[in-house]
Amino acid sequence: MMRRILFVLAFIGIIASVYAAFIYAPTEPQMGHIQRIFYFHMGTVWVATVAFIIVFIASIIYLWKGTRKWDILAYCSAEIGVLFLTLTIITGSVWAKPIWGTWWTWDPQLTTTFILWILYIVYLVLRSSAGNDTKKAKYAAVFAIIAFIDLPLVYLSVRVMRGISPVVFGPGGGGIAPEMMNALLINMAACTLLFIVLLLERIDLERMKDAVAKLKLSQN
Amino acid sequence: MNKVWAIIKKDIITELRTKELFSSMLVFALLVIVIFNFAFGFSAELLDLAAPAMLWISFTFAGVLGLSRSFALEKEGDAIIGMLLTPTDRSLIYAGKMISNTIFVFLVGLLMVPMFILFFNYNFLSTLVPLIPVIFLGSIGFVSVGTLFSAMALNTKLREVMLPILLFPIIIPVIVSAVKLSEQVLDGNSLLAASFSLKLLVSFDIIFLTACAVIFEYVIDES
Repeated sequence: MMRRILFVLAFIGIIASVYAAFIYAPTEPQMGHIQRIFYFHMGTVWVATVAFIIVFIASIIYLWKGTRKWDILAYCSAEIGVLFLTLTIITGSVWAKPIWGTWWTWDPQLTTTFILWILYIVYLVLRSSAGNDTKKAKYAAVFAIIAFIDLPLVYLSVRVMRGISPVVFGPGGGGIAPEMMNALLINMAACTLLFIVLLLERIDLERMKDAVAKLKLSQN
Repeated sequence: MNKVWAIIKKDIITELRTKELFSSMLVFALLVIVIFNFAFGFSAELLDLAAPAMLWISFTFAGVLGLSRSFALEKEGDAIIGMLLTPTDRSLIYAGKMISNTIFVFLVGLLMVPMFILFFNYNFLSTLVPLIPVIFLGSIGFVSVGTLFSAMALNTKLREVMLPILLFPIIIPVIVSAVKLSEQVLDGNSLLAASFSLKLLVSFDIIFLTACAVIFEYVIDES
């Protein structure tokens, strides 16, 4: 029941966020309509951040306690995090093309995001290539922890490489209209709901896989 | 401390008898430099700009080659199980393997850098001396994580292929700060001209030495 309510809420939230981004929010005077993609951009990057923090915490608890459910949580969260971060990068590129005149620049934020994306793809590759289940879970947890500790250093080093350039791009540049803020918040809330729904579904799927594996074992 | 020393001694003796790890690393590093030379078409200005990056790319690639062998040797004949059966703390095993790996990688760097300086006509003494600590700190940085990951990579299906995939995204701070520092040295400045990179490199070393020593026991358990 709880699940159904969440699902409906997420559905309504997404509709509302589309409305808020395309109709409710005023057009940004300098960038024009392209700025509207920013609401989705911020929503997805927020979810990705939350997802990767969950991966980090769940991995630590898994190494400590060794219970399967924390591993499942870390794995599912990482998968969804990669999905949302991919969306972030794509929406960012689409925004950057008309505004900056290029799909991609190697500025510190973008580079760090790109490395973050690679790190968690490596995490998923590692999972699919490690042998049995406990080993897979342990290695993945170890990698997740190392990767998370590494991130601040990566950010610092990328800044060093480029010479510290202050790239402050908040939504809409400087001053932000209250409607824009509202649209942004609606988007972030909707994305968070969507994330929770996806995460719960994904965890269920993983549990079912476990159950099937157990049944197969008992059959033999 | 004796236990750590025993592991280091064992690795050094094995290496002295076979010499396969060391020579393959060194030859590989030199080959990468040669290939870069062809790729850049011998143009002098371009080489000047690219020299620090070339040094570190060839050095880390060669290092990864050596690291992936390091635990493969333990795996052959299940020597690793013998090591785990001894009443030794897991972090001591990590320390032993890590130090012996650092020694090999650092020695490769020590031999590589003079040749590098000769090939590219840098001033011998004024560049060699400040480059040594950079090479040393850089080796510690990527060997600290590399030792942990090479133990992991061996138990995956992709084996040696897995190690660079795991390692390179993590050691980006090491490579960036080491390249920055080498750039300063090759330009004839002192290391302190890039003091932020120096701090970054040292903090990476400290953070990951401790983190990996703690985490190592979860990787090595033969369950």
